[in-house]
Amino acid sequence: MSFELPKLPYANDALAPHISENTINFHYGKHHKTYVDKLNGLVKGTEFENADLETIIKKADGGVFNNGAQVWNHTFYFEALSPKAKAKPEGKLLEAVEKTFGSFDQFIEDFSNAGATLFGSGWVWLVKNSDGALEIMQGANAENPIKDGYTPILTMDVWEHAYYLDTQNARPKYIENFFKVLDWRIIENRF
Amino acid sequence: MSFKLPDLPYDFGALEPHIDAKTMEIHHDKHHGGYTTKLNAAVETENISSSNIEEILANVSKYSTDVRNNGGGYYNHNLFWEILNPNGGGNPTGDLGKAIESTFGSYEKFKDEFSKAAASRFGSGWAWLVNENGKLKIGSTANQDSPLMDISDFKGKPIIGLDVWEHAYYLKYQNRRPEYIEAFFNIINWEKANELFKA
Repeated sequence: MSFELPKLPYANDALAPHISENTINFHYGKHHKTYVDKLNGLVKGTEFENADLETIIKKADGGVFNNGAQVWNHTFYFEALSPKAKAKPEGKLLEAVEKTFGSFDQFIEDFSNAGATLFGSGWVWLVKNSDGALEIMQGANAENPIKDGYTPILTMDVWEHAYYLDTQNARPKYIENFFKVLDWRIIENRF
Repeated sequence: MSFKLPDLPYDFGALEPHIDAKTMEIHHDKHHGGYTTKLNAAVETENISSSNIEEILANVSKYSTDVRNNGGGYYNHNLFWEILNPNGGGNPTGDLGKAIESTFGSYEKFKDEFSKAAASRFGSGWAWLVNENGKLKIGSTANQDSPLMDISDFKGKPIIGLDVWEHAYYLKYQNRRPEYIEAFFNIINWEKANELFKA
């Protein structure tokens, strides 16, 4: 058994102009694919050869962790985007967001700020903690909150490769664009 | 007194085709410019009296993460522009050339080891050739950490630094970091590197 690159649920140009076809071609077609290929090479003959990605995230370190977590993170990221995105959560998720952050707008501000201030490469997460409450977390490089027992429900890639072809040094502009294609229907289902 | 963004010692397009003009412009004006502005703000907020960036980095554990990140970014980029030259490249010359041969066996072996350090730095960071008490060493640091920082686990006096943040190469090389690393060897300013080695 080997790990496979999951198909994107939309065409590479579907998220334009917010995220360009060129960016998706590289981000999905090269970066995501390379993490899958490298992971398959690295796990051969190790205890992780037949493991699932969650097990790798919890137990592996070094290259196996980095590539395994990056496969999981990118799949989770791409799956939540859509050209016909639902712009705002409803129901139980909205209630939970309002309870933790005060309002949906305040959540967007806090999450965007976490994205803008993460120094270097990494991911910003919205997670459920063990009490079922929501939290925003920053993770460097390939870090994934599953490792520490949290349940991720939303992630945003802030590695420069996620936006450099489109907005260069202007990460905050990418963050605005991200929210235009983030499909809250999918985040509601995860919650 | 505040830190100034140094002018590039050559035009934005001077390092073509190895590094493109647009990358140089954004990298210098926006990224390096951003670190400079934020460093000055942090230095003011924290009442840091030193105007010597090397001294600040050597004591960086006393200051905030803002000083670490932006001070490192300021110093590292200052060095980076200086050790590049449109007429650079080729084999290292002078005392540094000799030291590279005696330490690594040959220039080719040095190149392999340096390239490996640059390619295997996961995420954002820098690859380095440093002088530690007269001995040459190759290594890498994460983000904008510098071998001059007291908190760095890779220490020494920088002679060559290669920026492997994606912003340094993404417009031209995208995911192909190894091609960017290979191109770097065509524009190394060995004359400047020799000065830094002897200093």
